Amino acid sequence: MIMQDPPIVELNGVNKWYGDFHVLKDIGLEVARGEKVVVCGPSGSGKSTMIRCINRLEEHQSGCIVVDGVELGDDLKAIEAIRRRVGMVFQSFNLFPHLTVLENLTLAPIRVAGMTPAEAADTAMALLERVRIPDQAAKYPGQLSGGQQQRVAIARALCLKPKVMLFDEPTSALDPEMVGEVLDVMTALASEGMTMICVTHEMAFARAVADTMVFMDEGRVVEVAKPALFFDHPANERTRRFLGKIIGH
Amino acid sequence: MASLWSNLRFRGLLYQVLVVGAVVALGGWLVHNTLVNLAARGIATGLGFLGREAGFDISESVIAFSPSDTYARALLVGLLNTLVVSGLGIVSATVLGTLIGVARLSGNWLVGRLSTVYIESIRNVPLLLQLFVWYGVVTSLPVARLALHPLPGVFLSNRGLVIPGLDWSQGWLPILDIPHLAGFNFVGGLTLSPEFAALLAGLTVYTAAFIAEIVRAGILAVPKGQTEAALSLGLSRGQILRLVILPQALRVIVPPLTSQYLNIAKNSPLAIAIGYPDLVAVSNTAINQTGQAVEGVALVMVVFLGISLALSALMNWYNKRVALVTR
Ligand SMILES: Nc1ncnc2c1ncn2[C@@H]1O[C@H](COP(=O)(O)OP(=O)(O)OP(=O)(O)O)[C@@H](O)[C@H]1O
Ligand SMILES: [Mg+2]
Repeated sequence: MIMQDPPIVELNGVNKWYGDFHVLKDIGLEVARGEKVVVCGPSGSGKSTMIRCINRLEEHQSGCIVVDGVELGDDLKAIEAIRRRVGMVFQSFNLFPHLTVLENLTLAPIRVAGMTPAEAADTAMALLERVRIPDQAAKYPGQLSGGQQQRVAIARALCLKPKVMLFDEPTSALDPEMVGEVLDVMTALASEGMTMICVTHEMAFARAVADTMVFMDEGRVVEVAKPALFFDHPANERTRRFLGKIIGH
Repeated sequence: MASLWSNLRFRGLLYQVLVVGAVVALGGWLVHNTLVNLAARGIATGLGFLGREAGFDISESVIAFSPSDTYARALLVGLLNTLVVSGLGIVSATVLGTLIGVARLSGNWLVGRLSTVYIESIRNVPLLLQLFVWYGVVTSLPVARLALHPLPGVFLSNRGLVIPGLDWSQGWLPILDIPHLAGFNFVGGLTLSPEFAALLAGLTVYTAAFIAEIVRAGILAVPKGQTEAALSLGLSRGQILRLVILPQALRVIVPPLTSQYLNIAKNSPLAIAIGYPDLVAVSNTAINQTGQAVEGVALVMVVFLGISLALSALMNWYNKRVALVTR
């Protein structure tokens, strides 16, 4: 059974400060292999900060974070090893604008994983098929729509065959008519068994895909629950108010 | 008439005609005046002097030159010297400036501070003064026999800088020609005179300070998300700088970099202060001997204009190449 395996991502008593500002307070979270976790919560509650700690884009000051058996510390090699096993998708896509779509996808496989350009291009084309834009391979990111760019970004994050994917509000910067195509790709990825941690306010997606919902407020994990319970019978008053606001309107 | 006067097109045209007329009149008066004065002093005009024997020697040259060669060849020697020192200056200032610009952004406090001190002190001291300092440094180096020997094949003495060169005389492939000390002097390799070394060092160090600031601004103009995306793919800091940041920073860097390159070329005539025979120094000598200042100065101006335009064109072309493709 899945739950017997050690968690692939584990945060334990994690604290972080920006100067005097206590942004993460005693965060504890376990993510099993193949689990889909959706994180939500009000703006400024520390959602981005938390998932960015998992691949060390932000440094935590106390507590421990273990990813795939490796503890995040000051060892640069360990950090780079973890980053190779953790893909990340950003709100603002962050594609490399000076490289073509294909080059965006082959950069890390060639430079980090040591693949030959031909191998890397094959892998990249397969991924572009998966996100349904193989015909854009030769274009530059600036020539694509937002939805296409985000799908390329997802493909790029997959190019090192990560074990975990982090999504930080992947659809928030998109025009409404493009949200669907990105969520479709994410749903397909979920059904293939990828471990995913998504910060998103797309509640329909969360309900359909999430194994676990996490609600954060003021730097704390306030509630962790199965989606059915989370949406229909939230235990915490703050969760209830938050859900009322974003679903109620 | 009143309606014609209030017509914007007509007014615009009229002003242009008046300005062109004034410029032509002023130019004509200057030319006439100069010709009359030169004739009165019995100074020949025209470019005929270029074909005559120069009669003076030039201390260093990349092509063969002797006093019996023509003025034209002497000026060519000067031009080549200008091009060599400017070209090498551009390359070395770019390398040094990029390193210092990157160092200034480094997380390492000491490295960052040191680069700031370098930039602020070098930028704020006149280049001419710095050239005198470099010349002083180079000429007070030890004699050849006691030359500094920092790297294999590199000697630094009061005879200048000696570095390994390429020997093309043995057929198709060049042979590395490593200099060595024989008696009181060096044999083989390339010798850069103290004047050349001082000028190159001065231009490089001075311009690198400006280039460092340009590079820094260019790097800061690249959104932070680019670094984060690259980090999340497991790329190292060095790879990110090389493959992601600098290629994008170039868009911002190239236009101001162009004016720094032009500055190197335009600052190179300061060579005259330390006795490096660049184009301006040679043409000065020619002017003193022939009295044909107008032609000499005009020639130099045309040449510098040509160098600047060529550099600008090259950089514009490069700028178009590094521009990002968008919809
Ligand atoms: N570099 C920083 N320096 C200081 N404070 C920061 C920094 N980054 C984030 N913060 C603060 O930390 C808090 C949490 O930020 P974070 O981006 O994690 O919130 P979030 O939950 O992702 O919000 P949002 O939904 O708006 O993205 C915010 O109050 C923010 O202002
Ligand atoms: Mg956020």
